[in-house]
Amino acid sequence: MTSHRKGSRRYTGRKGSRRYTVIGLALTALMLFPVYWMLNVSLTPQQDMRKTPPDLLPLHPTFEGYRAVLDDQLPYLGTSLLIGLGTVALTLVLAAPAGYALAKLRPLGGGALGLFLLVAQMIPGIVMAMGFYGIFLDAGLLNSWWGLIIADSTIAVPFGVMIFTAFMSGIPGELIAASRIDGAGTFRTFWSVVLPVSRNAVVTVSLFSFLWAWSDFVFANTLDGGGDLRPITLGIYKYIGNNNQEWNSIMATAVVASVPAAVLLVLAQRYVAAGVTAGAVKD
Amino acid sequence: MTIAARVDRPRVSAVSQASGPDTQPLRRRARRRRRLTALAFVAPLIAYLAAFYVYPLYRNLDLSLRDYTVRSFVAGDAPFSGWDNFQKVLDDPTFGPAMRHTMVFTFVSIAFQYVIGLALAVFFNRHFRLAPTLRALFLIPWLLPLIVSASTWSWMLNSESGVVNYFLHFLGVGPVGWLTSPDWALTSVIIANIWIGIPFNLVILYSGLQNIPGELYEAASLDGASAWQQFRRITFPLLRPVSAITLLLGLVYTLKVFDLIWIMTKGGPGDTSSTLATWSYQLGFGTLLPKFGPGAAVGNILILIALVFGLLYIRVQSGQRRQEA
Repeated sequence: MTSHRKGSRRYTGRKGSRRYTVIGLALTALMLFPVYWMLNVSLTPQQDMRKTPPDLLPLHPTFEGYRAVLDDQLPYLGTSLLIGLGTVALTLVLAAPAGYALAKLRPLGGGALGLFLLVAQMIPGIVMAMGFYGIFLDAGLLNSWWGLIIADSTIAVPFGVMIFTAFMSGIPGELIAASRIDGAGTFRTFWSVVLPVSRNAVVTVSLFSFLWAWSDFVFANTLDGGGDLRPITLGIYKYIGNNNQEWNSIMATAVVASVPAAVLLVLAQRYVAAGVTAGAVKD
Repeated sequence: MTIAARVDRPRVSAVSQASGPDTQPLRRRARRRRRLTALAFVAPLIAYLAAFYVYPLYRNLDLSLRDYTVRSFVAGDAPFSGWDNFQKVLDDPTFGPAMRHTMVFTFVSIAFQYVIGLALAVFFNRHFRLAPTLRALFLIPWLLPLIVSASTWSWMLNSESGVVNYFLHFLGVGPVGWLTSPDWALTSVIIANIWIGIPFNLVILYSGLQNIPGELYEAASLDGASAWQQFRRITFPLLRPVSAITLLLGLVYTLKVFDLIWIMTKGGPGDTSSTLATWSYQLGFGTLLPKFGPGAAVGNILILIALVFGLLYIRVQSGQRRQEA
């Protein structure tokens, strides 16, 4: 891998490199224009919102929009945080032991289970939402935050098991054997040897399950439309749905709702790339 | 779980060291215990999948095979109606357009996502200054909550005050009713969806490029091959397995896109941007008089289509793995 890196660098000379950087910057700017526009609109005063031509730079920034977020959206943000963390916990508890079993303990029917998990990821969310609606109606779980945690975890659990299985398959058998010779049982081995060395997988699964629960709209809109505790995606949707014309408030909420994604990208970029490719490409 | 695991352990190693004919039953028992331990580790997952995957899907199938009204939905005594709901859905005038929009939405989105993603992957493979940072920034659209991207695009595509029409005005093009005109609504949601899907294609194709040995390019450039020839003769053919995986996964993911269309147009105006996913939701939850049965039937048709491509994906992927082994 290192050798071909060097190789490809060779025919992008110094001068060429600068040209590529300039083109790269331009392409990135183009790609991220909608994100910039969201920020710009969130700072635009209401009276300038429908001005032609629109202000391309926030020359007279206002924080009205963000004040509206503080006034209206804080409870929604809190709910989203709660649901996100709950989903992470549930996903880890289910996926990590199962991943270990599939990777190292060879349970009966393990192959079938793996196939089921692959197929499970392909089922459209609206179909799951419709099925959950009837079940939650019977069980009295509609409009509850923990019902939403259960529903949201279905997005992340199959992915989580696959990540853990792939990662734990790479743990050397000697490490596990050594722990057994020291007298640890399967559970002890899992808890004090396998889990600590699987830190990367734990981080990847946690990040994605949090992000997906935080971003979920389908389950929230179907199963928690009238609850006391509703997530931020519904907060934004309610803003739009009320035919609200205060686009600076809407965009300010959108900016705040994007914060977890931004934090993720800055702090955990390599885990993100690993997560995107993990399911798709085997190496 | 803990107890089963602890009890089982010492015997396993004791047995594995022993040998001879008398240890046969012992060995069998040890194997059974090992199996039980493995089962204990997957049991919570299996229970979970049964309760929160299989059961909802069963409920959905049941919904589509019964004649539900709001009252019988709550009471749970709807009469069995066989394939009636499916027949009703297939005869509905919305079915044809929804099916066509689903296909157009999926294939056009994927074609653009793939071509743009591949071009960017090749571009970023040049290892210029800032390349890793810029490549990371390209992930942003994929990480944003869909409601954020959808509402941002809604405002950008606003007919009167949207910035897209402002730019078009510069180019001498009159205002386009992106989300309000029946001719443009589907195009609008496709544009937004392409934007969201580019990062996924970029990341996977880029990781595929990392596995192509650099010596091949060196040899080709010594032989005087142009950049385009190198792409056509080396990059593209060697990337074919990764491309197949990317396209099939993209297909499965794009078929089920719902949030984006629902937030931007709700499938409208009329039915001009409704897909199977939004139509299913519209039937079940979009009106005051929900038609759960037909809604579930459309959902199940959607599952069927997704599964066809999904199984194709699994076949391709396992075929590739066998080739590598």
